[in-house]
Amino acid sequence: MTQAAVIPADDFDGLRDLYQEVILDHGRRPRHGQRLEVFDATAKGDNPMCGDRVQVWVKLDADTIGRVGFEARGCAISVASADLMAETVQHRSKADTRALFEAFRQLARSGTCPACAAELAEPMERLAPLAGVHEYPSRVKCATLPWHALIAALDGSKEASSE
Amino acid sequence: MNVMTKPTKLDVELIRQDFPILTQRIRGKKLVFLDSAASAQKPRVVIDAMVNAMETQYANIHRGLHWMSERTTEAYEATRDAVAELMNANDRSEVVFVRNSTEAINLLAHSYGRGVLKRGQAVLISGMEHHSNIVPWQLLRDAHGIELRVAPVTDSGELDMAAFEARLSDGKVGLVAITHMSNVLGSITPAERIVSIAHAHGAKVMFDGSQAIVHRKVDVRALNCDFYVWTGHKLYGPTGIGVLWGRRDLLDRMPPFLGGGDMISSVTYEQSTWAAVPHKFEAGTPAILEGIGLKAAIDYVQAIGYDAMAAHEAALTEHALSRLAVVDGLTVLGQAQERGGVISFTLDKAHAHDVATLLDRQGIAVRAGHHCAEPLMRRFNLDSTARASFGVYTTHEEIDALVDGLIRVREFFQ
Repeated sequence: MTQAAVIPADDFDGLRDLYQEVILDHGRRPRHGQRLEVFDATAKGDNPMCGDRVQVWVKLDADTIGRVGFEARGCAISVASADLMAETVQHRSKADTRALFEAFRQLARSGTCPACAAELAEPMERLAPLAGVHEYPSRVKCATLPWHALIAALDGSKEASSE
Repeated sequence: MNVMTKPTKLDVELIRQDFPILTQRIRGKKLVFLDSAASAQKPRVVIDAMVNAMETQYANIHRGLHWMSERTTEAYEATRDAVAELMNANDRSEVVFVRNSTEAINLLAHSYGRGVLKRGQAVLISGMEHHSNIVPWQLLRDAHGIELRVAPVTDSGELDMAAFEARLSDGKVGLVAITHMSNVLGSITPAERIVSIAHAHGAKVMFDGSQAIVHRKVDVRALNCDFYVWTGHKLYGPTGIGVLWGRRDLLDRMPPFLGGGDMISSVTYEQSTWAAVPHKFEAGTPAILEGIGLKAAIDYVQAIGYDAMAAHEAALTEHALSRLAVVDGLTVLGQAQERGGVISFTLDKAHAHDVATLLDRQGIAVRAGHHCAEPLMRRFNLDSTARASFGVYTTHEEIDALVDGLIRVREFFQ
């Protein structure tokens, strides 16, 4: 018996929750996937369990995030998450960015963020395609690793502490 | 148990009936378990042996004078005999029980490394070691002034024998600690040649047989090696029980690793004396049930026979390599002439973690990551690979399912 013959064609449908088109797209062609030549802070994130590595560079504009660039060696989820993060935190205050990190962490772990403040609704919507990772506990870190690196950079540390 | 004694060919359908877990369904799909190199599934006889011991004869061993303790001690020590026979040891006292290969190597690094090797000597490993055969030697290097040398791996994923011999030429290497089969590349190292070259340069040899013992008959006397370590859970046995085999004269010269009960001859506050080997190295209550389970696993494997297992695995590996070759963008890491049923690969359009998740969705379990072998990954300029590995219960159809699954993964990431 060949198993492949009995696998229905729509078999990956469940995975579209995890690998939404926006994730595949940002994973393939990240818009912010380069180091910044001029920056105020940088930090690395490392997931020693699977070998994912990311480095994030931040250019500040007073107390606001001016620009974020990154280099990531990892799966589609981690690259897409880094890219969506860079896009979402641009022009936000450091405090807002930290709040957004906490909200995103909850989203990645549970799939929802009921406690999310109303003012985070718009950026959270942009990050929502990543909510699917909560069904894959081993992949949650893929999505949160770039955020850990970003927060570490804002905190002035060189390395993100892993979850 | 469904296997007959020593057939030359195994009946995989009958074997599968011995493994209760194989009837499980994953996400509604039939389980295709291709991650045996990380840990193998357990046959019914192993499960039953452990449950039976707990239900009928369980007590602590080596100390009780009562019936239960005596029966349990007999069962546990019978495993030592089974291991000695499996490996063709000179004597059962050469078999030291540990938790796993990692503990066995740490024991050696500590006791042989600090107790026998001298400052200024070197330990030689290869470029395809698991972290468990790298880090203990780094700890020894930093604490005890022992140099750590690495013999490189060729582009085809084999030990570079000329470089290996060159690393030994100054006579400073006291111990060669090297894998018998790579957990990433599947390459089987030329054990006899390694031993004869190392011995000619005055070095002892330890093999990490964690993978090899699952696929090859290991005869330590024929290999003429000095130490051989492996772990039970990859050989269809329980977790928490592994083996350090060592030549008796070497074990005798080594100081203890852990101190405590069971490993002493007598204790006073001024000083203690040690029990004879193997007990000198077995402090504390051991993994009793796991030890008993390991004997059932060894008996199971012996009944199937290594010839039949190796033939089954060779056929699976050949089938897998030829089928994987048709997947566009797939690259197999390593092309060793001598190899076991472990195949690492990359897909050009998809990261290994994404490959693993998409295969999992189809009920197919593979491993993805650096496989606890980061330096080897770096050697091939990779961060991670996906890895399929085979066991006695693996079928050709499962490999076909993997290949079809990979084609679909590639389409998904097109």
